[in-house]
Amino acid sequence: MKLANGNYIRSPNRYSWWLRQGRYVRYMMRELSSLFIGVFSVMMVWGLYRLSQGETAFTAFTDMFWSKSILVLSVLMFLFAAYHSYTWFIVTPKAMPLKLGGKRIAAGVIIGAHMLLWLLCSVAVWAAFVYGGAV
Amino acid sequence: MSTYDPNVAPKVSNKPIIWSLFAAGGTVTALLTPVLVLLFALAVPLGILPAEMFSYARMESLLASPLIRLVVFGILFLSLWHTAHRMRITVHDFGLRSDGAAVFVFYGLAAIATIVLAVALI
Amino acid sequence: MSTKTSILPVVGSHHRTLEVEVLRYDPDKDDKPYYQTYQVPCEEEWVILDVINYIKDNLDRTLSYRWSCHMAVCGSCGMMVNGEPTLTCASFVRDMPAKIRVEPLENFPVARDLIVDMDSFVEKLSSVKPYIIAADERTVEDGTFTQLPAQLADYMSYTHCINCLLCYAACPQVNLNEGFVGPAALALAHRYNLDSRDKGRSVREDVVASNAGIWECSFVGACSEVCPKHVDPAAAIQQIKIAATGDYFINFLMPWKKSKNTDEASSGGGK
Repeated sequence: MKLANGNYIRSPNRYSWWLRQGRYVRYMMRELSSLFIGVFSVMMVWGLYRLSQGETAFTAFTDMFWSKSILVLSVLMFLFAAYHSYTWFIVTPKAMPLKLGGKRIAAGVIIGAHMLLWLLCSVAVWAAFVYGGAV
Repeated sequence: MSTYDPNVAPKVSNKPIIWSLFAAGGTVTALLTPVLVLLFALAVPLGILPAEMFSYARMESLLASPLIRLVVFGILFLSLWHTAHRMRITVHDFGLRSDGAAVFVFYGLAAIATIVLAVALI
Repeated sequence: MSTKTSILPVVGSHHRTLEVEVLRYDPDKDDKPYYQTYQVPCEEEWVILDVINYIKDNLDRTLSYRWSCHMAVCGSCGMMVNGEPTLTCASFVRDMPAKIRVEPLENFPVARDLIVDMDSFVEKLSSVKPYIIAADERTVEDGTFTQLPAQLADYMSYTHCINCLLCYAACPQVNLNEGFVGPAALALAHRYNLDSRDKGRSVREDVVASNAGIWECSFVGACSEVCPKHVDPAAAIQQIKIAATGDYFINFLMPWKKSKNTDEASSGGGK
């Protein structure tokens, strides 16, 4: 688009700009992870709601996960959720450049600590659910 | 969405309210969502855990503690608002330029889900 | 072989011909830009700017572009090379395929050929008050500020910006939101916010923490990836978001504190 002052504006396509470069595609996939996290969260909210309605309603909810299409969705939800975790933790040194005794902590240490925390939380939640009922 | 205009006095944004939910939710979902998906959506169909572990009686007993219910509420509440805010920005990135509509749809859905969640857990 | 500019390296043995597609636009003649192709005999040791200089000196004197220092200091020779924002004096021919496309930086209006109109950037840069705002008026008698090496280290990396605008060309949010203050300006705001001599963070927040400031950033991170001086504007902006969120809630919960400085949290000591 040519402006009155002679300058020319070149605009990338409004809908497909992100397909031009790998870094933009990776960004959009990261952003789309929230859609899958959201769908999963709504499923969990629905499950809790069905739980509050009694056994029949809740069994209908848990049976849903046997369906092939829900299984495909579940795998996607897992992959996107894990990608969100990876992208979230890999940038932690940028958002939180921590210092210890006046010295900046190395980026790799901050990332590693978050990844370790992720692993520990996962194991803890799994163990708490599997063995929690026995307590 | 908004434009820097040198002729208009800029105003400090109230985005910190939603952004703090987004950021807290992003951290919580990064730590917990993968294992929760594995546990509640994949473990039984993939044969990792027996279906009896997810029986009505067992889930009821696990959720009997008000503290557990509060934690579950916190995790899902933050996940929902994390999603709502990120999707608001993402649809704009995908070329749908009505921020007002995005706010209405995504924050609205998150609000409805939050109410259902609260009702289910009380 | 005629070399009119002395900075061209001595012709060596690694000769190679590069096909260079250059975006051309003359506002007096053209309704829209077009591509013109040149065959450039070059040396592997050349940088892209040498290629452009060769075209200007030997093939087409009408080509317009900006350059000055040829050593990644002045920041004026930024261009799109094969779609990537590139400082052409710091990018080597040997890393390029046989054919390259050179265009003016994206997300700016094209003024002529490879020259963009950067007025909007200059306006945004000055809007964040990129200079030291001291707590009190300081006279000559007061002497100079003192600053410890550790306090210098807090903001040093953010002083390296050369305003080459590669980050603006790389940032999708600059493209999607014309008014976004943008990476380099916000990184420089952060540079002063972090400076122990500076007390202007709350003053800068009028622009920096407005809707057109940090909140337009969605942390794509492309700005930091293309920065030739490793300034990392993406990191700066996320750190401002966290600090501005803290300031917002402090001001909200304790309005009487608003007039006070909110600097101490991030500057690591103050004076």
